[in-house]
Amino acid sequence: MSTYTLNQYPWWKYLLIGLVMLWGFIFALPNLFGEDPAVQISGAREHVTIDASLQNRVVGLLSAENLPYKRLELEDSRLLVRFTDPDEQLKAADILKDRLGRDYIVALNLASSEPGFLRALGLSPMYLGLDLRGGVHFLMQVDMDATLKQVEESYVEEIRAQLRSEKIFYASVGRAASGGVLVEFKDTGERDKAAQALHKNLPSLQQDEPGPLSLKLTLGEPEIREKRDFALQQNITTLRNRVNELGVAEPIIQQQGNDRIVVQLPGVQDTARAKEILGATATLEFRLADEENDWYQAESTKRIPLNSRLYKDREGRPVLLQKRVMLTGDSIVDAASGLDSQSGSPAVFVTLDGKGAKRFEDATKDNIGKRMGVVFIENKTETKRVDGELKKTSYTVEEVINVATIRDRLSRRFQITGLDSTREARDLALLLRAGALASPIEIIEERTVGPSAGKENIDQGFRAAMLSLVVIAAFMIGRYKWFGGIATAALAANVVLIVAALSMLQATLTLPGIAGIVLTMGMAVDANVLIYERIREELRNGNTPQAAIHAGFDRAFDTIIDSNLTTLIAAIMLFGFGTGPIKGFAVTLSIGILTSMFTAVTGSRALVNFFYGGRKLQALSV
Amino acid sequence: MWRFDFYNTNIDFLRWGKLAIGGSIMVLLIAIGSLVFRGMNLGLDFTGGTVIEVQYSEPVDIPKVRETLRQAGFGDAQTQHFGTSRDVLIRIPPREETNSATLSNDVLHVLQGAEGGSGATMARAEFVGPQVGAELVEQGGLAALGALIGILVYVMFRFEWRLAVGTIAATVHDVIFTVGWFSLFQIEFDLTVLAAVLAVIGYSVNDTVVVLDRIRENFRKRRKGSTLEVMNRSINETLSRTIMTSVATLLSVIVLYFLGGAVMRGFSIAMIVGILVGTYSSIYIASASALYLGISREDLLPRPKETADERP
Repeated sequence: MSTYTLNQYPWWKYLLIGLVMLWGFIFALPNLFGEDPAVQISGAREHVTIDASLQNRVVGLLSAENLPYKRLELEDSRLLVRFTDPDEQLKAADILKDRLGRDYIVALNLASSEPGFLRALGLSPMYLGLDLRGGVHFLMQVDMDATLKQVEESYVEEIRAQLRSEKIFYASVGRAASGGVLVEFKDTGERDKAAQALHKNLPSLQQDEPGPLSLKLTLGEPEIREKRDFALQQNITTLRNRVNELGVAEPIIQQQGNDRIVVQLPGVQDTARAKEILGATATLEFRLADEENDWYQAESTKRIPLNSRLYKDREGRPVLLQKRVMLTGDSIVDAASGLDSQSGSPAVFVTLDGKGAKRFEDATKDNIGKRMGVVFIENKTETKRVDGELKKTSYTVEEVINVATIRDRLSRRFQITGLDSTREARDLALLLRAGALASPIEIIEERTVGPSAGKENIDQGFRAAMLSLVVIAAFMIGRYKWFGGIATAALAANVVLIVAALSMLQATLTLPGIAGIVLTMGMAVDANVLIYERIREELRNGNTPQAAIHAGFDRAFDTIIDSNLTTLIAAIMLFGFGTGPIKGFAVTLSIGILTSMFTAVTGSRALVNFFYGGRKLQALSV
Repeated sequence: MWRFDFYNTNIDFLRWGKLAIGGSIMVLLIAIGSLVFRGMNLGLDFTGGTVIEVQYSEPVDIPKVRETLRQAGFGDAQTQHFGTSRDVLIRIPPREETNSATLSNDVLHVLQGAEGGSGATMARAEFVGPQVGAELVEQGGLAALGALIGILVYVMFRFEWRLAVGTIAATVHDVIFTVGWFSLFQIEFDLTVLAAVLAVIGYSVNDTVVVLDRIRENFRKRRKGSTLEVMNRSINETLSRTIMTSVATLLSVIVLYFLGGAVMRGFSIAMIVGILVGTYSSIYIASASALYLGISREDLLPRPKETADERP
């Protein structure tokens, strides 16, 4: 091979590299545009539509208060109002929250100010982690032992009722300390009768006979799994309702593992308030409707009948219910949505525990044909500054979530029909579950970053990355001159590609993630160092410049692969282990290693070939 | 333009091989001794507890803050300035009560209620329950172990076993040294530092592999010279690369130390220590261990194809 044809890339290789870099620049582009303070308005419930009439209303409200805004954007499910100034954003959010009422969620947001054509292409900037944008991260654990204890306690009641109705004599029924329900008898005959009856009526329980006069019933594995799942879903539903009320633009509420829930609330300013709202508890009450009096009259004259209370339903319409409570949410064991087997219309199937079933039976048997309302009650606390003193106040929010006619004597299992859609049925089931006896939940991890601290973290990270780039560039150019310049170009290209990859994958960028980028910069030049040192060596060994370049790139390649792969293994281990910020570090480190192999080997080779390839060279600037 | 070139160096590194290994063993014993007797200053991530960073609108005196907290029943809180005289960092050890999650709010309310505290805002609050802390310790240990094993397998597959053992020896050396440093100087060891230690593992192996690659190449290329000479030659040939890369990476981490903010300080320290000791260990520990394990040229020559095509 003549040295003249060495170090020349065919045109398509340049094209390929050009295309990769073009891809990088396009995907990295949205990050250049900063963010607008914005207010995001979305519907609090399914039936609330976000449309042009809402837009007009918002425009009216804002202009009435003389609040200037930058732009309004109407999307499928949200209305975004952009501002130029965060103070105006906060003021507008307060006004809108106040005037639009509970049908809408008004949330503060930071909206990327990238031009519309980029967004139309589906391009968005990197997703910033909570430590960079501020916000709250909670890890909550549902107390599954307590949940199962509750279930067993409801079975104690159930078993008592069963034995009584079957006229079987027992000595005692109670929860066993080691779990399960223990029933004691006076003679073995009764015990055997009980075993048979319970096997028939409560087939999901597993039976065990620890002694001649006792029977132990334990929950079966499928039931335990079901109850755990129920408890988890119940808590997720409750948390989701609360978060909606809090007004968070992009909340994350998801299950983690078997018994944990992650809640992430980016951009939340008042973290104390967030915890108070999340910590609220919910209950349910079933009450008969007051059909003798007219709600309209009650509302307009403010004269509410003595035995009744005036409630509002979810659409804000008044409902008059009796004061006497028929049943509370504690008695609900399960609520599931489905289709009524006879009519095929949407329905919610409710299951009560033994005690509740008995109470409900008594309460409904004389009221067939009457209407009954379900009230959803949330107990909340709020800390406010009154005369310079901080005061904790508790208050309750009550809302009627369903009114239905009692068609029959209702007992352990009943169904609610007459719902408009399967969606409504699902929502009602969720609320019923949320108001059922709550499984205790505990915050086991919290990480809160104030909004200004988040901003500071970004600035520090950005400055560190920039300076690091400059310092390494100076170092490389000082040592390798022109070739150092090429390495610097490759390094800059590497940063562009990392940013592009992060934007495309929408992986979360955290402060340790920025550290990963900075560290990658230091390690990425390793490939160039290996190549250049090799080239120098080849030159010293008396090779021509072209041959030295060729051999340098060629021989260093295996070593580069080896050394990068080992770092990649460590990065992947980190990712597997990763919680939050650490995962961010692992992600940028891994991406950085992969992109650096491309830029430092292929990219810088292309530049070297472009400048030096195919020419007669006397000396190399390396 | 400055130049430093090591191509004409001919340092007899391995002459001091025994001394280096002896010295390293001594240092490691100190590190392990410190780990056993002094223990680690484990951060909140691993111990559980609460950390609150409060930003005041005006500079504030620590003793005053302490007194306010003590009166409100937070006598066990540790208080210090963080960065500036307006920032205060408060640590509260794990408590028995179940509502420790609301602790950070209570502390903030107390401080806001005190004199000069009306402008206090919460910059950061972290609460880690004891069980989460215990899990993180376990997962972190597993991750470090997993990284070591993964790299061992790769290096075993790629190199001869003596070199692989040398690489792992060097890496374990670096990890113990770095962790020992944190123990000896009682620098707080948190999740980001753990991440840095794993990155040190990656870096250390990376550094070592380059030297080993050259050793293998030289054994195959040069037919003359003793094992010791070939290894020395290889280390000398890769010396300028080793130093260049270490300095470049060090520069970026030093920048991070000064500009990355207080949160990244522990991370940067671990990386700085790890890079320095990793550079040393890839020169001495890896090659010297392989040498004393009895490596020879024959071990590194490409194996003749053992299986000829077997056609039925």
